[in-house]
Amino acid sequence: MNEPNHNAAVYLKGISVSYRIPSEKVKSFKEFVIMKIQRKISIHKVLALKDVDLLINRGEVFGILGRNGAGKSTLLKVIARVVYPTRGRVWINGIVSPMLELNAGFHPELTGIENIYLNGTLLGHTKKETTSKMDEILDFAEIGDYIHAPIRTFSSGMIARLGFSIATAWTPEILILDEVLSVGDVSFQKKCEKKIQSFIHGQSTIILVTHSPQKMESLCSRAIILEKGQIIESGSSKAISKIYQKRMKTVNSNKLPDTTYLNN
Amino acid sequence: MAASNIYDSAKSPGMAFEELVGLLKYKDLIFQLIRRNIVSRYKRSSLGILWTMLNPLGTMIILSVVFSRLFDIRGSYPAFIITNLVAWNFFMQTSQFSLNATMFGSDLFNRIYLPKTSFVISMNGAGLVNLLFSLVPLALIFLVTHISLNTSVILFPFSILLIAFFTLGVSLLLSTLVVYFPDIAELYPVVLQGWFYLTPIIYPDTALMDFAGGWILKLNPLYHVFKVFQMTLYDGLYPSITQWSTALIISLLTLILGWLVYTGNARSFQYYI
Repeated sequence: MNEPNHNAAVYLKGISVSYRIPSEKVKSFKEFVIMKIQRKISIHKVLALKDVDLLINRGEVFGILGRNGAGKSTLLKVIARVVYPTRGRVWINGIVSPMLELNAGFHPELTGIENIYLNGTLLGHTKKETTSKMDEILDFAEIGDYIHAPIRTFSSGMIARLGFSIATAWTPEILILDEVLSVGDVSFQKKCEKKIQSFIHGQSTIILVTHSPQKMESLCSRAIILEKGQIIESGSSKAISKIYQKRMKTVNSNKLPDTTYLNN
Repeated sequence: MAASNIYDSAKSPGMAFEELVGLLKYKDLIFQLIRRNIVSRYKRSSLGILWTMLNPLGTMIILSVVFSRLFDIRGSYPAFIITNLVAWNFFMQTSQFSLNATMFGSDLFNRIYLPKTSFVISMNGAGLVNLLFSLVPLALIFLVTHISLNTSVILFPFSILLIAFFTLGVSLLLSTLVVYFPDIAELYPVVLQGWFYLTPIIYPDTALMDFAGGWILKLNPLYHVFKVFQMTLYDGLYPSITQWSTALIISLLTLILGWLVYTGNARSFQYYI
């Protein structure tokens, strides 16, 4: 695969990400100058991803399996263009929607409506596109007349519902589903699941990240297993699920302490 | 539509240009952020947006009472001082707010793709809107103190543009530096205070002309940029070609330098913030 064709949604070639962790964090300019002169700054490199090649086709539901600290989050961040790789080529066809509660984009003093515009444009849509989705967002979020009040007066459930409604108002081209979404009460959760299901069965390309091989197998067509920043297995979801479960058993039977959990 | 959404790092034209393209795509976001900056700042105060006008008025009154007998100003001291304060307040507030804009935005930058300059640019945009608001009390003082405008005021918008370029350049440089050296956030207000007294804002530039061979004036970029602002508005004079070109070169070079430094470092921010 030298050049991605029009069927591709995500194409990564030789991606490596190394995080530079200074052994001693330099806090000030003065310290920096002194330590530079004394050559005390040794930068400790951590390879979060190592030479990763990946091709995901359009409309595919693709699974990524791996334990904590395997590099899943970094890989997703590269696809979402949040992290720029140290080496390698990133080729993305379509707008990537990381499905997160985007509460970070909300401003407490602005009203619900104002925050919808702010969040809509944060997700890369125009003001006009946000206006055209307004009714749908309001309908789905079930906020009622509160929508004209500053959102600092909202309950956390209302804020989460609003965030989800904005993020899912547009059918995503490439959707990143990280972990299980649980937003609001039980009835709202059912609505969320239905919406996500409609994306999975629709045109969207889905990248599903999970710890559960069963869930992956039931939803995905293909998958990979990440370990220590490398793709160690790739193939059909059925085969990958089997391999993964086998690996987990051997790890558990060897009773190795899972220190990677401590990293997160 | 699909073809236009392809991102390919192998075909990147370089960060300085890529960032510009990204900003154009996100221009609606910039307007929303400018709006957020202005609205949220005054939302809790009962006088709200009026503060953008009351603030320079108050400072002007204090400075007039304290300094009007100290400096010999042709015309009216209150009108002179509010002209310079409008320019200074814009530069000071905007550069200071921008300093932290990238750091405060880090939560979003770590979640979704955004043009990295969005927050600094929108801070500057909001500052510019505030500057326009503060022209209202300025006009009021000009009326009350019988300072009439000359035709040179036609060139006044250009002088605002030059100050805006310069301020954006400084903002970009500062917000790059502060990512690596957080101490700059504490140091900068002190620098600003010195800069305020070394720049002819509360006194006429003639006071410094003969001091140290005039080098304090000549080496101060802010002086040259402010000079055309003050001349076209308060003095009612047409700046010379030399004065225009000095201000233009300073502000454009600062902006280009700021842009290159910021975009050149933007990919490293992920390791620090």
